[in-house]
Amino acid sequence: MDRPATPPAALASGQAAPAHAAPEGARATAGRVNLHRFANPGRFLRLSGQLLPWIAAAAALLLGLGLAWGLAFSPADYQQGETVRIMYIHVPSAWVAMACYSTMAIASASALVWRHPLADLVAIECAPIGACFTAVCLVTGSLWGRPMWGTYWVWDARLTSVLLLFFLYLGHIALVNAFDDPARGRRAGAILALVGAVNLPIIKFSVDWWSTLHQPASVSRLAAPAIHPDILWPLLVMALAFTLLFAALLLLRVRAAIYAQRARALMAARAAVRA
Amino acid sequence: MTRKRRRLWILLLCALGLGSATALVLTALDDHLVFFFSPSDLAERPPPPERLFRVGGLVETGSVERAEGSTVRFRVTDGAKTLPVTFQGLLPDLFREGQGVVAQGRLGPDGVFRATEVLARHDETYMPPEVADALRRAGHWKPGDPLPGGAPSGTPAGAPRPASGS
Repeated sequence: MDRPATPPAALASGQAAPAHAAPEGARATAGRVNLHRFANPGRFLRLSGQLLPWIAAAAALLLGLGLAWGLAFSPADYQQGETVRIMYIHVPSAWVAMACYSTMAIASASALVWRHPLADLVAIECAPIGACFTAVCLVTGSLWGRPMWGTYWVWDARLTSVLLLFFLYLGHIALVNAFDDPARGRRAGAILALVGAVNLPIIKFSVDWWSTLHQPASVSRLAAPAIHPDILWPLLVMALAFTLLFAALLLLRVRAAIYAQRARALMAARAAVRA
Repeated sequence: MTRKRRRLWILLLCALGLGSATALVLTALDDHLVFFFSPSDLAERPPPPERLFRVGGLVETGSVERAEGSTVRFRVTDGAKTLPVTFQGLLPDLFREGQGVVAQGRLGPDGVFRATEVLARHDETYMPPEVADALRRAGHWKPGDPLPGGAPSGTPAGAPRPASGS
């Protein structure tokens, strides 16, 4: 509703604040300057350009190490045999799928409240990455379930809530692109992302709250992880590798989105000059 | 400034409302969200006859007997109550005595659960076979128990067996 008036008004109030209320305003502007430093697309491009090669290299290295360790050198499980190796892909992709949604929800919240242009981009670029990780999680889980449980799919609380996560990602992608006015699409997407965040605790605790076919958590148990270290370590390496992979993909996508926005703006400016 | 503060408050209020609404819905739906009932649940609240439902628990050690054809008889236990089950068909790889299982079917008038589908339920324990063997040899642990020190849920080899330690 107050959309067209907001950017100039917010800018003006932000700059006028210290003049009005001295001590409190000064503290507020200090905090805001810090936040804005990373929300500034130019600064983000410079910083992420320096970080990206390192993150990507670390992700590739750890991914190679973790895959070799998990798929070839780690022991088989006493019950599942070699099938346990699916877990080295399945569990990290599930973790990253949820971490990606948390990122998307936080970015959406700051886009709605503080109207950071970069936060909008982060939220939008999270969705396809998260959808891919969720799809990997669902497919590998299904392939594991067939020999172990005896079925590809059941409608228990854990599996159903993760399927819902997948549909939330797809719905977000569709909704953002469903409006003629991109700003309205971004706003609708941000609201959907926040509403869908209720699903995150449901996914996490579904195995504790209700009886499910899916086994309960093994790693995040406070008492003692129910995983032998020989199986736990390659899993943690893979989790770190997937997290870095996610970070690299997200930075890459946000950078591309900023460049695309600039190219569009340039094109629009050129068309305006010609007209 | 104030506008941002207001948006933040609106967002937090919406999150609170949505969160409590979800919590209420989930609590109300509690019984419908469980994937299976345990034998104790069934003893407490017997389901209406001929209703299709799932029962879950551990396959009681020593209870599996294979009858003629591919019919299998076993008992599902949750430590407190047991339920006899018959099933005709192929069992999943992980179906073992002392392991978790979820069976779908109907409760017969004779109190025997006639399963139409049997799924194995894996527990959250992962370890190499040598470690499992070593633990088993030391008598600390048997398949189906959570891990050393876990509560024994079944019959023979649950408690410490100092004599068999090699």
